[in-house]
Amino acid sequence: MSDRLLNIALADDDEDDRMLFSEAIDEIEIRTKLSLFNHGQELMDYLNLPNVVLPSLVFLDLNMPIKNGQQCLVEIRSNPKLKDLCVAIYSTSSSEKDIEETFLNGANIYVNKPNNFSKLREVVEKVLQLNWQYHTSNLNKETFLFRI
Amino acid sequence: MTLFVKYNFDLVCKTLLKEKLDALDISYTLGNVGEIHIDKTLSEEKLNTLSASLKKYGIDILTNPKTTMVERIKNSIDEFLRDKDLRAINFSTYLADKLHYSYPHLSTIFSENTYTSIENYIILKKVDLAKELMCSTNLTLTEIAFQLDYSSVAHLSGQFKKTTGLTPSTFQRIMKNKTHN
Repeated sequence: MSDRLLNIALADDDEDDRMLFSEAIDEIEIRTKLSLFNHGQELMDYLNLPNVVLPSLVFLDLNMPIKNGQQCLVEIRSNPKLKDLCVAIYSTSSSEKDIEETFLNGANIYVNKPNNFSKLREVVEKVLQLNWQYHTSNLNKETFLFRI
Repeated sequence: MTLFVKYNFDLVCKTLLKEKLDALDISYTLGNVGEIHIDKTLSEEKLNTLSASLKKYGIDILTNPKTTMVERIKNSIDEFLRDKDLRAINFSTYLADKLHYSYPHLSTIFSENTYTSIENYIILKKVDLAKELMCSTNLTLTEIAFQLDYSSVAHLSGQFKKTTGLTPSTFQRIMKNKTHN
């Protein structure tokens, strides 16, 4: 399999969710380097560091203190340096209104947090595969919209 | 004012390659699926100039034989899906004839290097084309289904929903509101 390493970032204020996510990502075939952030502001500070190696995929929880997921998303899309990042929303909310709003703000993938570990692993793997295809193939990034 | 354009992807790439190769005074013939046969071996300097001039259009000269084969398979899939006339024969025969390897061999190389199978990639690509047609043309879903060889509009809707998690109408509404933002 390919030796390319995927850089992934996750911003989530729930410590258990971060831990489970990290375990799930370790178990799947695609090789990754995961950076974890406790809230949106911590992630944004990191992305705005000079000379930072940008992740190829960012997972954003919606409800976080200090800076929430929607705010991060809007900031990412309005920053010329960050606007091409692939953003996946990772939330417990399944309200249609939340989902559409994140897509309108520029999210690429909307993931509902699954309630068991094997499902989580499956979902994370699916997102990573999609992201991989969009990075390595001639697919239209303007219409990169998926709900998983 | 907003203008809408439709482009012929294959023609764009070939024209661009011709311009860049001619500009460097290289003698060549374009083969199929992303192959360029150069008559004489290029000096390293010329190869680097060519590589740099193509890079800014998102064209990379491939050096790893496995990724080269994967790219040629992907390019063949693109061609096959964009040209309804090619689809008189089935895809596995088309691909094997085009790339001169057996389909099982190509299928293994693809799966070993892309985290997916040729079949799944074709579905993803078809849905991608359906998305493009929904956004850039006034075609109805029924016409799009016909153009992409789905047996019915229900089959297209089903595969679209299964692949993207969104119904075609939700997708269209989001895209419409996005562009109005």
